[in-house]
Order: sequence, then C-alpha cells, then structure tokens
Amino acid sequence: MTETTNSYDMPDERGHFGPYGGLFIAETLIPAVEELDQAYQKYMTDPEFMAELDKDFQHYVGRPSPLYHAERWTRELGGAQIYLKREDLNHTGAHKINNTIGQILLAKRMGKTRIIAETGAGQHGVATATVCARLGLECVVYMGAVDVVRQKLNVYRMQLLGAKVVAVESGSKTLKDALNEAIRDWVTNVDSTFYIIGTAAGPAPYPAMVRDFQSIIGREAKQQCLAQAGKLPDALLACIGGGSNAIGLFHPFIDDADVKLIGVEAAGDGIETGRHSAPLCAGRPGILHGNRTYLMEDDDGEIIETHSISAGLDYPGVGPEHSWLKDIGRAEYVSITDDEAVEGFHALTKMEGIIPALESSHAMAYTLKLAPTMQQDEILIVNLSGRGDKDMHTMAEREGIQI
Amino acid sequence: MSRLATKFAEFRQSGHKALIPFITAGDPTREFTVPMMHAMVEAGADVIELGVPFSDPMADGPVIQRASERALEHKMSLRRTLEIVSEFRTSNQDTPVVLMGYANPVEAMGYEDFALAAEKAGVDGVLTVDLPPEEAHECATLLNAHNIDQIFLLAPNSTPDRIKKMDTVGSGFLYYVSVKGVTGAGHLDTSDVKRKLIDIRANTQLPVGIGFGIKDAETAKVIAGLGDAVVVGSALISKIEENLDSPENAKREITELLKSMRLAMDSQG
Ligand SMILES: Cc1ncc(COP(=O)(O)O)c(C=O)c1O
Repeated sequence: MTETTNSYDMPDERGHFGPYGGLFIAETLIPAVEELDQAYQKYMTDPEFMAELDKDFQHYVGRPSPLYHAERWTRELGGAQIYLKREDLNHTGAHKINNTIGQILLAKRMGKTRIIAETGAGQHGVATATVCARLGLECVVYMGAVDVVRQKLNVYRMQLLGAKVVAVESGSKTLKDALNEAIRDWVTNVDSTFYIIGTAAGPAPYPAMVRDFQSIIGREAKQQCLAQAGKLPDALLACIGGGSNAIGLFHPFIDDADVKLIGVEAAGDGIETGRHSAPLCAGRPGILHGNRTYLMEDDDGEIIETHSISAGLDYPGVGPEHSWLKDIGRAEYVSITDDEAVEGFHALTKMEGIIPALESSHAMAYTLKLAPTMQQDEILIVNLSGRGDKDMHTMAEREGIQI
Repeated sequence: MSRLATKFAEFRQSGHKALIPFITAGDPTREFTVPMMHAMVEAGADVIELGVPFSDPMADGPVIQRASERALEHKMSLRRTLEIVSEFRTSNQDTPVVLMGYANPVEAMGYEDFALAAEKAGVDGVLTVDLPPEEAHECATLLNAHNIDQIFLLAPNSTPDRIKKMDTVGSGFLYYVSVKGVTGAGHLDTSDVKRKLIDIRANTQLPVGIGFGIKDAETAKVIAGLGDAVVVGSALISKIEENLDSPENAKREITELLKSMRLAMDSQG
C-alpha cells in the first residue's frame, strides 16, 4: 500500500524549487509579476474563483476527460495495463486550455484588457485565442516563423478566433524566439497586458501557477484510476516540452512514492547528434526566460538551437520543477527520437483508433518500450496531451504524401 | 572605492555630466571594438559600456539584437569580451568599463571565476539585465569582493520602496531605464523622466545614469540636466549597421555623434 503524506511543498515563497525557478527578469517586469503573484495567491484560495474555474472546466473544456483503458494496445504489448488520460478530448484538442482558462480568469479579475502569448505547436496559441474570443479580449500570439509554416492549420484557427499572429523572424525562429518576442511586448505594454505563458516555466509565479491549473489532470486521473482499477497506478508517462502536461499529471502523485514518474523529452535526430530538445537528459543548469533550469547551451552560455519533429517540444529549456524532480530523483527523464515518435504515432492510431499529437506521440513511443517490461497487474497511465489533427501536414510530408 | 565610485564623486564635485556610450563587443568584428573604445574616450566618453552578446537578448530591440547576432557569428563570448577589456586597459587605465549583458553567460562561467577574470581584465561594473536584486545576492557579493560594482536598473514603474531597495543593494551608479520597453525604443518623453527623477533622487544618493531612447545631442542635453550620466546605445550601433561595408565610416559617424552630444551636454548654464 502506498503511504500518502503531504511532505512535498514546492516552491518556496520566492518561487524556488531548490536552486531552480526564481525571478530572472528585467526590472520593468518586477511590478507586473508581483501584481500577478498577489492575484494568484488571492484567487487560488477564493471559493468564488474556484467555482467559476470548475464550471468552465466542466461546461466549456468538457472535463473530466476520460481515463481510457486501452485494452487492445495492452494486449498487443503484453505487459502493463495501459490507461490513456484523454486530454486530446478537451475543447481545442489539448491540455493547453486547462491553463488558459485559469489565466484568463485571473486576467479578467486584474482588469487587463490585452492578452499576449507565445506558441510552438500552436495549441497554446489556439487555446489562448479561444478564451480571448470568449471574453472579447484583444489577443496577440507570437510564433516562430518556422512553426508558422509547419503548424499552418493552427495559424488559421487562431486568426479565425480573432487573434493576431506575429511570425517571429529572429534567432532560430521557433518557440524560444517566440518567448523572447512575447517578453519584449510585455515589457513595452506592461500596464495593459497580461502574458499567458503556455507552459510551467518562466519567472515566478508562472511555473507553480501553470502547474496548479494543469494539476486537474492528475487529480482526475488519480480518482479515476482508483475508481476503475481499485488502486493507484504504478507509473505515469508524459511528454515534456516545457513540462506543463507532465507536471499537471505528476504533481498530485508526488507524495505517492511508489508511483513512478517518467517524463519523455524529444531526442530529435538522436541525443548523440546534438540535434535534439532534451535539456534534462543532455543539458545543464542555466538561466533563460525568467528561471534557472536545465538548458541546452554551449560552453559560453549561449543557447543552442534545438530540433524536434514536434514544434511543441522544440524548446531548449524546461520548467524548473522538473529540474528539481530530476535532481532529487523523484522523477526520471528519458528521450525519444523523431523516428520513434512517428512509430508511436502510428501505433496508437492503428491499435486504438486515436490519432495523437506528435508531442504526445513521444509518450506513446516510450509506452512501446516500457509497457512490455512491466507486469500485467501493473498500471501505466500515459498522458495523451493532444490530438494529431494539427500534424497531418507534417506527417503526410514526411511520408511523401500530397494532401 | 571602486573606479566608478571615484569617478562619479569627481564628476559630482565639478558638475560634470558623464557620457556613457554602449557598443556590443565584437560588433561587427573583433578588431573593431578596442580602437572604437579609444576613439569614444577621445570624443568625450567618461565610461564605456560594453555589451556582452547573448543568443536570446530579451530586453533588447532589433538594433542591439542584430549587433548580438553579428558578434556571435564569429564566436564572440563573455571570455572574449574580457580579452577586449584587457586589451583596452593596456593603454587606458582611467576610463571605467561596465559590462552589460544577460545572466546565463555569467552563470555558465561561474560567478567566482567570472568575478576573478573580470577584475583581472579591468572591468569596473557589471549590469546583468535579468538579475534583479531578488537573485543577485551571490553574484553581487563576489563582484564587490573583487572591486567591481553590480549595477542595478530602475524602471518607470519602480516604486519608492523599490528605489530604496536598489539604493541598499546597488553601488557605482543606478541605471534608470527611461522608457517601458526594449532598447532602442522611440518614444522617450523627457518630462516623464523629469518627474520620475524627483522620486528617484528622494530615495537614493547613488549617481543615476539614464538610458533607453536617447538618440541625439538635443535629448542628451536635456537628460544630462536631470541625471548624472547619459547612456546612448542603439543610436551608435545603428551607425555600425549602416556602414557594415566600411567600419571606418562607422567609427567616424559614432565619434561625431558623441562629440555633438558632449558639446551639447557641456553647454548648459
Ligand atoms: C499536445 C501537446 N502536448 C505537449 C506539449 C508540450 O508542452 P508541455 O510540455 O508544456 O506540456 C504541447 C505544446 O505545444 C502540445 O501541443
């Protein structure tokens, strides 16, 4: 039996997860994050706010998302019982909306009239544009020029929703550069603007705040698993871009010491080639985008360009809480190459009739490796963070098909 | 007392306002920087701010972003920036040099190694854009132990309490970022600056340098009337960018602009 204690209590009051996290930002943004921190502290314990959030989760997002027992895939792999947490069934098709729904409610209470966001795969951009449309707020989304091309379907979705999508041409033209540009916008328009960061990273209080909004995933999964299988899972699996879907699933289980937590980073062309996006597996601690965390950098501390088939994982950093969980040995981090992710994509599609996002496909690919090594009475919960519609172009092109 | 503190004490005594040009180390080439630094001193610069290129310059506008990119293209780095300062020091031991950059290159080198190397190279101040007092304690303590001032920023939205905090943790001078925005922003309002300086002066005795958005002699003159130092960056770096085929022209145009600023700043009543 797993012993449940409440020993894990991170971050500290200054937003530190051990040496990670913190507040590494320019002076002009200090008042903005202080104001946000106050609102976050106040409303996360405010029954009226939480009731509104719950209502939106239920009626707008479509929560709770199912915990689906993938019986055919389980039989095929012959090991652990595989359960999929179906975040792909949320409104807009990914876990990202859990966070944007929460942050927009805060923005509204803080009287902010203009919303900005960064996006990689476009899922966070779509989730932000969606909640802005619903509340009639101005929305500007920064997206690397490379990602604008590979995720053009989502660009169109954001535009339909009334957002302005700005293609960022600086640096590697991917997610990190979109973040840089969003931060520049924020510094310039700090009074009117609320920055909805899309993952559990950035300056305090973002990593903890995004985690708290995403933790609905793990809270539901825990209840559902107990109800359906009568016990806690043995292992949890989630892909890691900035780490929000993973920390959302992991966090409610951190004190359940017998539940293994496994994060899957993108190995791109392979860790050994240097062309990857796996800072926890192959990077070292540094400072970027407001927090100290594992990064991909060269000896001089310049950030290295990353690579992944999935735009949502193509980022040189990771949320600081994962850095901490790695260092204390509570979670384990592994990596999956582009080719393996494509295998995972096909496996789930063929075996269960569910087309996963390329990000989530990294977790599926690791399921192919892990499930057979586990016992048949063991339970593996895999976070299906998003659906694959947005990746049809990438997949078709990779397989030489014109659509 | 540090070289910066000594200088600013002298300036205060004589009523002299400091002119602080900013260029990025290694932009457009490694060879350009040291002679440019000497030329800026001749043109009337009192302190030199040297940008350390970083791959993700979040607080910078397009002009300084591109300067960083040009410098990084030929592998300019924090270590090489320190070499540039050493080289400058072989014939100038008088003009303070302040490094301006981001936290990660310093973190990658290690605070202790950096403080040692920076002192040895002859650096006088370090301004790290994304290292506010909340996170700066360890770095600032080590720098101070090596006679280097950690320079902190103030912003238009800094509260009186925040200014007091900077007064406690800061040394050398405080750098007032005169607009909400990135470097090179185009909408500096000098009457806003004037109002804010009343707040700042009421809460700190440290010298105040003012920068962001100062592009011409006329503005430099007005700003010099308000602060202790005028920082000019993007306007100079634009000259480099406009003359990429002729570094000599860039150097001449930068010197001319600085001279005109110096003249304007010195000509007030
Ligand atoms: C479906 C999906 N999963 C995962 C991610 C990765 O982000 P995170 O690690 O924050 O969950 C993204 C990001 O765009 C995504 O769209």
